Amino acid sequence: MTRKTLAIDGLTASAVSSGERRILVDDLSLTVHQGRILALVGASGSGKSMTCSAALDVLPPGVTALARSITIDGVKQQPSDLRGRQVATIMQNPRSAFNPIRTMRDHAMETLKAVGKKGAGAEGRIAPCMAAAGLDDAEDILGLYPFEMSGGMLQRMMIALALLSEAPFLFADEPTTDLDLVVQLRVLELLETLVKERDLGVLLVTHDMGVVARLADDVAVIDRGRIVEQAPVMEIFHRPKHEVTRLLVGAHLSLYGMEIGA
Amino acid sequence: MSLISTKGVSKTYRSHSLVGASSTKVVLDDISLAIEEGETVALVGRSGCGKSTLARLLVGLESPSAGTVMFRGHAVDTLTRGRLKDFRREVQLVFQDSPSAVNGRFSIRAIIAEPLRHLTALDDRQRDARVSELLKMVQLPADLADHLPSQVSGGQLQRVCIARALAVNPKLIILDEAVSNLDIHLQASALELLGRLQKETGIAYLFVTHDLRLVKRFASRCLVMDEGGIVEEIRSADIALLKHPAARSLLAAILPPLPDRRREEHC
Repeated sequence: MTRKTLAIDGLTASAVSSGERRILVDDLSLTVHQGRILALVGASGSGKSMTCSAALDVLPPGVTALARSITIDGVKQQPSDLRGRQVATIMQNPRSAFNPIRTMRDHAMETLKAVGKKGAGAEGRIAPCMAAAGLDDAEDILGLYPFEMSGGMLQRMMIALALLSEAPFLFADEPTTDLDLVVQLRVLELLETLVKERDLGVLLVTHDMGVVARLADDVAVIDRGRIVEQAPVMEIFHRPKHEVTRLLVGAHLSLYGMEIGA
Repeated sequence: MSLISTKGVSKTYRSHSLVGASSTKVVLDDISLAIEEGETVALVGRSGCGKSTLARLLVGLESPSAGTVMFRGHAVDTLTRGRLKDFRREVQLVFQDSPSAVNGRFSIRAIIAEPLRHLTALDDRQRDARVSELLKMVQLPADLADHLPSQVSGGQLQRVCIARALAVNPKLIILDEAVSNLDIHLQASALELLGRLQKETGIAYLFVTHDLRLVKRFASRCLVMDEGGIVEEIRSADIALLKHPAARSLLAAILPPLPDRRREEHC
């Protein structure tokens, strides 16, 4: 199987508030390769999540994308064709990402319906996808409502739904930020395994350089809606060039009592 | 005399429905601890181990099912009116979830001024001055005071909550995962700020967290909780030597400072 490449080019999004136009994502370009994890890092408010939303055209009210070109292997894609079919998404707060009055089975069926997969064969894939995400008792769990599950279980379910869609790319927006550290490690290990086994191309949005160190192959640093530096992960940690990158890496290393270049 | 201490504190919950009471759930089990003036103690444990319940008990938001919480040697439930006011002023709590810890209809100024209104004799003008001073202390711009919580970022709101806790010059601040939602550089600067205040004012901290990285940097000793009990205590400098399985799994979950060199081959 040849590996696909998803390229975001010249992405620009702005918000209008009290008559003033603010650019949130500024002429941003990123390339996600299947089988690799690209981390998009930056401080809160730097435009990380907005980049994902703008690429998939799921922007909040008041924010509009002014320019967007997304191609997969050079072929132009409409956001509506990307969502769910080419790009699966997992989000920071698993609890608010699920419909509280629907069971896990309803969510799984909705995913199948959205990507146009029908029949017993399609439904038969639910349990294996859940097992791949580390949820072993599929039959029991499918009957549960979100409030009956822990944050870690919900995040695994979200990953299972992403696998169910068979999309080659995954946008993971702060996937472990709200999780207990022990659960966080398991979810990160799971993502790493899935990238290897299923050749997923991941855009990992995070502010935690520890997650980046653990998981990423490449890193793009965003500041005020612009990519200020992009490099392989070793470069970013050992030879950060831009001031913003140095600040992020420096603050991260200081938690371990270390310094850049040490 | 310890600033705050607990003796054999337990907390149990029981839910009731039409068909009767459910079995009792033990959240805290026979906890005894003491925090001295000016020290920083870390309380670590996984989600659901009872850390937050203990924090709420220590500030008097909940009362224990058994055992006593003592403030300066006196049981909290027998404090006189005057001492109770001291207790409420001297022991402050910063919650993890800042949006739900503030009134969304209050301005930032009103939020920070609230403890000043209840627990100090400052007048309007003095309160405003104190609010400006506190905003400066937590490195927020003065014009933020007129904003509503929904108009500021999560990191800014968390610093507002820290400012509110600092407002009445407490002797102990309990930080319940209070920095874990902040960006890393903000975590670092928040810890620096708290450390500086400790040097200046001799304030004590109980630092509730699941992130052992922060413990070594910030606390002098560390208590490990698991399933409602304190299972291990150690000097922060020695956390690598922790033995209890709950502590070991937290240690193993610490993310690496630097990427693994092996990954370079993959590139």
